Formats: sequence, C-alpha cells, structure tokens
Amino acid sequence: MGVTPVAISVDEPQVSENLRKKAGYTFLFLSDPNTETIRRYDLLHKGAGQHGHDIARPAEFLVDRSGTVRWVNLTEDLRVRARPVQMLEAAKTTLP
Amino acid sequence: MRRWNWPLWTGLLLSIAAFVSYFTVFSRWPITRDVPWFSALVFVIAIALLIKGVRRANRKILAGIVAALGVAIFAVFGFFTMVLAKQLPSASNAPRVGQKAPGFTLPDSNGRSVSLSQLQTNSQRGVLLIFYRGYW
Repeated sequence: MGVTPVAISVDEPQVSENLRKKAGYTFLFLSDPNTETIRRYDLLHKGAGQHGHDIARPAEFLVDRSGTVRWVNLTEDLRVRARPVQMLEAAKTTLP
Repeated sequence: MRRWNWPLWTGLLLSIAAFVSYFTVFSRWPITRDVPWFSALVFVIAIALLIKGVRRANRKILAGIVAALGVAIFAVFGFFTMVLAKQLPSASNAPRVGQKAPGFTLPDSNGRSVSLSQLQTNSQRGVLLIFYRGYW
C-alpha cells in the first residue's frame, strides 16, 4: 500500500520494544511519555492510565506525504477501533 | 434427600465465565468485541438458568443471593461496555481532514529520534498515525 504505519503511546521505548517483539509487529512504535504530542493532537485522556497516569485516547490519522490529514477516526468507545480493512480502504480512497 | 440445584450453580458459573471470557478471549476480535453479542448471549442463558434455579430451590434466600450475584456480574459487564468504555475525551481540537498534521519528533522503541516529516518523506504514499492507550 505504500503507507507507513506508526503506533504512538505514552509507553517508554523499552515497553514498546517488548510489546513489538512479543507480538511480532514490524512497524514503528514511538514513545510520548510526557504527552507533548498527544496533547498537540488533543488526544489526552487525563488520569485514565494505571495509577492515574495521563494517556492517549485511541485515534487514527492518515497523513499524506505533504503532511495534510486525509482521514481521521476518533472512536467514541475505547473498545471500538478502526479495523485494518477500514484503514486500507481509507488509504485507497483518500491518498493521492 | 435434597437434590442438587444444577441450574442455579451452572447459571452462576456461566455468568462468571461470560464476564472473564470477554476480557481474556472475545475482546481480541472486533467481531465479538465491538458489539459483545456472544457474551450477551451467554449472560442471557446464565440468567435464565439462575431464574430456573431460584424457582426449584428449597432454600430460597440462598438461591436468591446466588442469582443476585450472577445478575450483578452481568450489570458490571453492561456498565463497563455500555457506559465506562464511552467515557472518552471529545478530542474536538484534534486535527481534521484537510488540516496540517502537527509535527513531532519522538523516540522509537530503540531510542532513535524519528520525526513526522522524516516519515512523510520516506513513505511512498503517506503515514498512518495510530494513537493507542499503551500499557503505561
């Protein structure tokens, strides 16, 4: 598809690396422990993590090569995330 | 001799199983996670058995307590999936379609710095940003 998937959370690099290895994921995991980027995307879920840590709410964005957002999925239920077919379809229909 | 009240205890066991299996097994697949129809079905069977169990019980108070416990487990499950899971911040200022995605530079899982602009340039068609709750 030519789309680079990137997962972003507050997890420290080591935690992400363990998850990546355990689950066999090959894509990139980025760490935002101080929630700077998460806040810039207005995705902060205050106190929702363990011990009242601030974390990211689930969200998916498809960004084209010029940096423009082409597709957004903001779930209203943390159990319901974008499915892979949905994201593939979005990449097919919204990216140049 | 008192007969064993199998519907009552099977009902309680099923209710516990429906609760636990949703989080350990059925939340893995979108088809049983997004709308928890399978778990709900097991709960319905569990509650039907609990009602049957209370009806045939000799010791109604004990049976009533067991049944109430089974129903309470269902209520907690319903509260989590129907209410608690929907308590998400609105993200009303999140970037929208047509806007520029805010830039960032963050460490990857090996500690190397990666920027969004770098990712854009290196991708053939685009970048899919997936924000997730993480394991904290």
